[in-house]
Amino acid sequence: MPFVPHTSSQVQDMLRRLGARSVADLYDEIPESLLRKEPPGIPSGLDEAGIGRIARQRAASNTPLLCFAGGGAYEHHIPAAIWDIASRGEFYSNYTPYQPEAAQGSLQLTYEYQTMIAGLTGMDVANASLYDGATAFAEACLMAVRCNKKSDARRIAVARSLHPAWRAVARTLLNGQGIELVEAPLDDSGRADFNHVYENVGGGFDAIAVAAPNYLGGMPDLEAWRALADREGALLVVGINPVSLGLLRPPGEFGADIVCGEGQPLGIPMSGGGPYLGLLACKSRYIRQMPGRLAGRTVDAAGDTAYVLTLQAREQHIRRSRATSNICTNQGLMVVAATLYMALLGGEGMRRVASACHARTAQLVEALTAIGGVRRAFDAPFFHEDVLCLDRPVAPVLAALAKQGILGGIDISSEYPELGNALLVCATEMRTEDDVLRYARALREIYRLT
Amino acid sequence: MTRRLIFEVSRPGRRARAQAPAAESAAPADLPAALIRDREALLPAVSELDVVRHYTRLSQLNFSIDTNSYPLGSCTMKYNPRACHRLASLPGFLDVHPAAPDASVQGLLECLHELQEMLAAVTGMEAITLAPMAGAQGEFAGVAMFKAYHQARGDHGRDEIIVPDAAHGTNPATAAMCGLKVREIATGKDGDIELAALDEALGPRTAGIMLTNPSTLGVFERHILEISRRVHAAGGLLYYDGANLNALLGRVLPGDMGFDAVHLNLHKTFSTPHGGGGPGAGAVGVASSLKPFLPVPYVEQAEGTYRWRTDSPDSIGKLAANGGNIGVLLRAWVYLRMLGREGLQRVADHAVLNANYLAFRLAEEGFDLAYPERRAGHEFVISLKRLRDRTGVTAADFAKAMLDEGFHAPTVYFPLLVPECLLIEPTETESPEALDALIEAMVRIRDAALSDPEAVRSAPHRMPIQRPDEVLAARKPDLAHAPALRSRAGSSDEA
Repeated sequence: MPFVPHTSSQVQDMLRRLGARSVADLYDEIPESLLRKEPPGIPSGLDEAGIGRIARQRAASNTPLLCFAGGGAYEHHIPAAIWDIASRGEFYSNYTPYQPEAAQGSLQLTYEYQTMIAGLTGMDVANASLYDGATAFAEACLMAVRCNKKSDARRIAVARSLHPAWRAVARTLLNGQGIELVEAPLDDSGRADFNHVYENVGGGFDAIAVAAPNYLGGMPDLEAWRALADREGALLVVGINPVSLGLLRPPGEFGADIVCGEGQPLGIPMSGGGPYLGLLACKSRYIRQMPGRLAGRTVDAAGDTAYVLTLQAREQHIRRSRATSNICTNQGLMVVAATLYMALLGGEGMRRVASACHARTAQLVEALTAIGGVRRAFDAPFFHEDVLCLDRPVAPVLAALAKQGILGGIDISSEYPELGNALLVCATEMRTEDDVLRYARALREIYRLT
Repeated sequence: MTRRLIFEVSRPGRRARAQAPAAESAAPADLPAALIRDREALLPAVSELDVVRHYTRLSQLNFSIDTNSYPLGSCTMKYNPRACHRLASLPGFLDVHPAAPDASVQGLLECLHELQEMLAAVTGMEAITLAPMAGAQGEFAGVAMFKAYHQARGDHGRDEIIVPDAAHGTNPATAAMCGLKVREIATGKDGDIELAALDEALGPRTAGIMLTNPSTLGVFERHILEISRRVHAAGGLLYYDGANLNALLGRVLPGDMGFDAVHLNLHKTFSTPHGGGGPGAGAVGVASSLKPFLPVPYVEQAEGTYRWRTDSPDSIGKLAANGGNIGVLLRAWVYLRMLGREGLQRVADHAVLNANYLAFRLAEEGFDLAYPERRAGHEFVISLKRLRDRTGVTAADFAKAMLDEGFHAPTVYFPLLVPECLLIEPTETESPEALDALIEAMVRIRDAALSDPEAVRSAPHRMPIQRPDEVLAARKPDLAHAPALRSRAGSSDEA
């Protein structure tokens, strides 16, 4: 029996001490009719070698694809040290640091992480993580509604260029509290048209929410949206990609009130979609409305530096139904990975990664748009993703590329019908010039044959 | 003890050169200058060895399951098998982009589908979604489905969720997030819910009830079938908070108890790691009546191929950007396949045996069980009220002294109903020797409390820090290292 250390004589001794004849006696308060004699029908147990065979065979049966897809999940180089350290039992198998004396390692690391996210985003404070970028965005919206004391609109104006899955998750999570998301349409350059929302929908909003860079790869004019938010008494919520901030001016410098983002690019494997890392940062005046855990620095009884979880009166285990969120378990181990990533890369390393991604994507876009029938959707700057419009449906093209071992991007035609046959492409620093040429050759060939 | 922050290890100009592209790239000319940083991001400038040594040392300041017993009630801190980690980390699983076509990830989807099937079997539920990324999100999914179910039937007045006063804090917080009102009901002296209080709370406004069973008091809710009957008769639904499923695994199925929705904390019962706070996974199972409302996506099988089902007209919607915490789900899949059919009941049996043995022996040693007349589930509550009244040593003090003894503290001051309580959950992976060592440590602390209470009240004495000033931390929040956030202009000597 795996993982149970008891010998049978120990079990007998324990039962004797308890005055029980068998383990069944220990279930004597459970109604007889509820007790299953036979265990539920799942497959018989395997030893480590046996499950290893199955797992390796299934992992190997997944077809590796040369990845040109982004859309919130990115293939970056993951430094070897990251998961060696993060897999140490002391990080992997410890609990939430509710006993600070026994968790100074995790607490100090989380404090360093919060500092790094603040440094990267230009914000004052960051929390100790939420589940992923989408839930971080939803929590940012809920937080904005609580923070904006001047507004009772219970509405958020959100750019359609913000990740569709983030908007979908936010709708799920906001729905229960009767908070509405109103979408600002795309203008000709792929940016959000909030003026359209204010002119046509009327009424106020608790916050304006944009992503920079946005889902379509473009970069919104944060200065303009800050001015609009000020004029209309709304908060400015900005979604970010942390890798882009190696190169781009951070939202804090544009006066963002709340910043949320997907932390997966910071040393976390794509892993089919999770676990990832929800980033949340804000101006210090809003911390008491922040959801999730916060690590803080204090002193111990001897006057030495110590780290604790703090401002816990915001959280569900203290405040129960009046908590800022129901979140309890977060993404602690992903915080370890992200912290190591940011420490290993540093400001200069992250600038190089960001610049390399941008340069490679520029090359990719140039190579693909050289093919007749492929053009850019927007004549506007992009970071490391761009939307291409094809002269034919995207899905069969992607399927043909997949047959040649290429994940050619994401078909966003149904999410954005206004863009026609739209393909979102991305190249990170992992892609080489040869990779780009291979993609272009394959696409040209598919176009020639169909 | 003074420990440096990574920012204090930092030297401007130093960096871990192997980690970033070697090529110096010029600032992109095609991006507007106004969008480009004018100084580099405020991050540490350190070498690879600096990073490895700093964080290895930090890790050594932590307690963990791999280094210490962790009798933390309601958290099920059982051993996290290394095979789960190793196999979930195979490149064929890690290097999958979420937009990869289903045809290219059949191996992964087969694992996830198998996990859905196995979890349906162990809960006795009709269908499973793996999307929720933690227990609290599972709760959200469950309660949101309750709302959707009532609304779909045109039953619009149901805006209350009943929650026992002993419930986990996430239960009422979740109900509030779903826009429902929380009605707390009392627990009786014997640890069971008071049926009279339940009857009083039930009515046309009842959307449902959220229950943990065994409850957070560590005892099996003996009236569960009657509760189920009454809630259903009132038109409400039952939600099972699976935090304590370890007590019943393979022995009692939540579906048999009458629950309509169930979440499972895979990071508890199914041995995936806690990782210092997460990531977890909160898979949700539902009865057939709730299946149309399941969050998307989930994995479907047809004619030997697997696919993500992303559309479902009555679904409560998406909970995660992608399909959930897939790496965690894979670990649970490995664990369940290793455990197998014959292993399920042995988990519960040994978890319950350990808890009952520990409770019995502690009572023998003079500790006060909160529910001495009740059989313990996989965990139990003791009250240190008598000890506190006599010595001034509180449950918190006692917990700190346990750290000095090398044991992680049990859960303290929860459930809220029992004064000066410790909620103790040994789990099945602790050996009888480890339990005896725990008992001896607790006896030593109790004796020390009687002979030298001040020493216990100032514990811990052998940990990396003494007791931290939490009041100061909350009054003057210091949440980021301010010097690291000041400009580091003029510091660019290359190393």
